[in-house]
Amino acid sequence: MSESPEHVREHIRLYMKIGGALLVLTVVTVAASYLQVGVAVGIVIALLIASTKGSLVASYFMHLTGERKSIHAALLLTAFCFLVLLFIPILGHSDTTGEPMIVPNADAPAVTEAAH
Amino acid sequence: MEIPYIVDERPDTGLTNVKLGIWLFLASEVMLFGGLFSTYILLRINAVEWPQGSDVLSVPIGAFNTVVLISSSVTMVLSYAALKLDDLAGFKKYIGLTIGLSLLFLCVKGFEYYEHLAFGEVPATSTFLAIYFTLTGLHGLHIIGGVVVNGYFLGPGSAMWKTNKQQFINRIEASGLYWHFVDLVWIFLFPVLYLL
Repeated sequence: MSESPEHVREHIRLYMKIGGALLVLTVVTVAASYLQVGVAVGIVIALLIASTKGSLVASYFMHLTGERKSIHAALLLTAFCFLVLLFIPILGHSDTTGEPMIVPNADAPAVTEAAH
Repeated sequence: MEIPYIVDERPDTGLTNVKLGIWLFLASEVMLFGGLFSTYILLRINAVEWPQGSDVLSVPIGAFNTVVLISSSVTMVLSYAALKLDDLAGFKKYIGLTIGLSLLFLCVKGFEYYEHLAFGEVPATSTFLAIYFTLTGLHGLHIIGGVVVNGYFLGPGSAMWKTNKQQFINRIEASGLYWHFVDLVWIFLFPVLYLL
């Protein structure tokens, strides 16, 4: 599908604005890391900003906003599988939450330098 | 026999071969990096102690590389737009800038690696450094792949512009999609490794 030159120039202006927004958000990411907040809040803030930047890249640079439904469907399936991948370790971790940690040979006498 | 749907869109999906192919490839790449991000979470939540990224890595250098990679994404999309405006010289200027910025990113990353190795900080030193070298190393290999492909389109590959403009534009669009994906991965790698 061919676009008119004026339409393409409009897109170029948009790309420049998105590029500027991404650079500003990079500064915000670094600045937010200096905030005195807990680890969990820090992770949420950093990932929220990264997700915003990622959405801008995917929507405008990768043209996902105007992409075909078949591509959106394939990406939805990919996103679902990606989330499953991310949650597998969390599920594995929750299996042992609250159970005492068993350290192998924890009762063995400590090896001192003199023993060598 | 001529391969169909190289330039024309397939009626049922509305996609050309290259568009469908690159998106399926990128979907597999999401799973590749997803597996490693999942590994990072597994290692981190089970670690007795985990260093703050900024104590081990240089935030200014990481931030500088983020700016470099975002700028390369802008020049990449401008190279595609230049082709849409029938401007081959503009395309070559912007794709050349993209390659230059990619090489700058690799040089900075190489400097970072050199600094770590000089202080004896290797992947075997700690779990954090092991996952850091794995994630950034794999990402770096993707950057090298992008440089090779874009270098081909800047050089011998651009001859296609004279014989089949639309096919060449489709190829640059696919190369751009790959490049923006590599940028997108770094957008997440930077805060995860350097800031958290």
